[in-house]
Amino acid sequence: MSEIALSVQNLSKSFRIAHQGLRGYKTLHDELATLPRRLAQRLAGNGRSTSETFWALKNVSFDVKTGEVLGIIGSNGAGKSTLLKILNRITEPTIGGVDIYGRVGALLEVGTGFHPELTGRENIFLNGAILGMTRAEIKRKFDEIVAFAEVERFLDTPVKRYSSGMYVRLAFAVAAHLDPEILLIDEVLAVGDAEFQKKCLDKMEDVAANEGRTVIFVSHDMDAICHLCSRCILLSHGEIAKTGNAADVVGAYLGGEQDQSPEIDFAPIESEASFQFAGLYNPKGQASSSFSADEPLLLKSSFAVRRQIEGLQLSFSVFNFKGDRIFYSTISMAKPVISVEAAGEYNIAAVIPGRLLLPGRYSISLALHTPKTKLYDLRKQALSFRIVGTIGDRYDGFASDELGQIYADVKWSRSDQPDRQSSLHGNVSMLASASR
Amino acid sequence: MNLRELWNYRDLLRMLVERNIKVIYKQTALGITWVALQPLIAATVLAIIAGRVAKLPSDGTPHFLFVFCGLTIWNYFSQIAQRSSTSLINNTQLISKVYFPRMLIPLSHTFSTLVDFAVMLVMLFIFMVIYRITPTLRLVAIPGFLFLTAMTATGVALWFSALSVKYRDTNYALPLFLQIWMWASAIIYPTSMIDSSRWQTIFALNPVVGFVEGFRWCVLGHSALTPNMLWITIGMSILLLLSGAFFFRRVERDFADII
Repeated sequence: MSEIALSVQNLSKSFRIAHQGLRGYKTLHDELATLPRRLAQRLAGNGRSTSETFWALKNVSFDVKTGEVLGIIGSNGAGKSTLLKILNRITEPTIGGVDIYGRVGALLEVGTGFHPELTGRENIFLNGAILGMTRAEIKRKFDEIVAFAEVERFLDTPVKRYSSGMYVRLAFAVAAHLDPEILLIDEVLAVGDAEFQKKCLDKMEDVAANEGRTVIFVSHDMDAICHLCSRCILLSHGEIAKTGNAADVVGAYLGGEQDQSPEIDFAPIESEASFQFAGLYNPKGQASSSFSADEPLLLKSSFAVRRQIEGLQLSFSVFNFKGDRIFYSTISMAKPVISVEAAGEYNIAAVIPGRLLLPGRYSISLALHTPKTKLYDLRKQALSFRIVGTIGDRYDGFASDELGQIYADVKWSRSDQPDRQSSLHGNVSMLASASR
Repeated sequence: MNLRELWNYRDLLRMLVERNIKVIYKQTALGITWVALQPLIAATVLAIIAGRVAKLPSDGTPHFLFVFCGLTIWNYFSQIAQRSSTSLINNTQLISKVYFPRMLIPLSHTFSTLVDFAVMLVMLFIFMVIYRITPTLRLVAIPGFLFLTAMTATGVALWFSALSVKYRDTNYALPLFLQIWMWASAIIYPTSMIDSSRWQTIFALNPVVGFVEGFRWCVLGHSALTPNMLWITIGMSILLLLSGAFFFRRVERDFADII
């Protein structure tokens, strides 16, 4: 059982980012028109002035044993999808190589290759073939696929008439009945209703438990990773940041071992309004990037406004580790009003209350802008921090994705009287105090 | 060239061919009738131009039949080129999400376009009966010339589909190019119009001339096709196919990144 199913050596992948061309593909005319200039540039030795090389993956090496379920995690843009695409041979690495011993099947995105004009039945065969199944295989599994997708009645309807739920169910059903030796899965669980998601998860567990099946699983769902994977790789900016036991790696990722500094001085930019400094502080006034769930968090920022700007606002957003925006706040919400329109230097502080964010990793983006007209300065993920503790351990026994996005400071009470009218009255004082 | 891999994916090729056929005239009122209607109208117009307006020769065959015969094989060629040149772009989603030999996509059109060809061939036979042309044993050679056409068309298809991934210009250039190509090939006039045999041989460097004349030889029983011309045609189509396949393989590795 310790055979190698897949071996990745020194894998690197670069993309060229064009600074002016915007589009990756060019017209022949463009190429011809810029030919003299590019030739001149090449001769002068600075041919890269219009494009920049971006390394999506840098020197990634790992082995996967037969029968192993490997998880790959990392924030958006860490290179996870690029890695899967290379493993699946959709794109080729710039440097390095991959040795694969066995048939690879991939669930990169459900429903690829579905043709809207074809019926469900026809699409099962087409999609199956695209995913690498033979016709005989699909025939054998046809009934199983149809039953799994629950679309029996609509088999001879073109899929363009399907509801999105049916579409996704059918797509997953085909993909889930693939029988490769090495299975690559990318976030397919984020589809369908809760019931179908559960079904998918069960099916995946089934697949993973199947002896001899090697699975590589990319997900933002840390519970699923911990649950399904024996080993896990954490990718960060295209490099392997940590590898090991799934729980350890997930812990390191959520805990944020590579914390950023809680204070940051910004390099000046050419703008009429720009940030100079930002920092995070705990209630004791100490700079920190780790806060307990109960305590408030102080965000300080300094910026310069170089001329009077009508309607200028300072705002920030807090994002969770998946990159979802948790909330947004702008200085125009301040009471009493704080104006930052006049030229000058400003020091502004904002308090993010305690008992708002759930434990986890977050980042803050800062912006100076006039709403819907102009962005003067935007600092994406300028600061990052984590919330630790479990708010009085009240959430023990719950999986993190069952908690929602924020901690709601809900007040609970109990009344002895069954009468609706009076129980409402009894709580009026509580409502009043909460709204104050 | 990975022929073995292509063979392993033959089921997918079959499904893609089936898809092409099922999808092409979906949600049109006339459906498959279009396959018959288009060349019928085109042949009528071209026959009038060739016979009445330009008064071109037709080797003694009725003009309509002569032109229809040429169009039958030319349409097979040009439709493959046209459909497959946009095929990769139309399947962007597939190419950037799933691995399979990319060549299957343009290749599938070489097979699915056979349906259009078959419809035209049946119509051609009907017109032969109407015009009282006695078929000869030469009809047996049709598959040979069809194969030659398919090879040439696939070569052109591979070149243009691969180019289209990087340069969308092909979408505009190809229809124009095909139009010129049609007039430059002996579709509405016979090669016998060119009186020097040396110039005829040079004319045959355009492989379309070879298979159009060959096809006419099979159906109408006479043509200016010489063995020399035939060899040149075979050589040119092999060259086109191999160079197309080679070029396709070379750029295929970057498809997912630039499409």
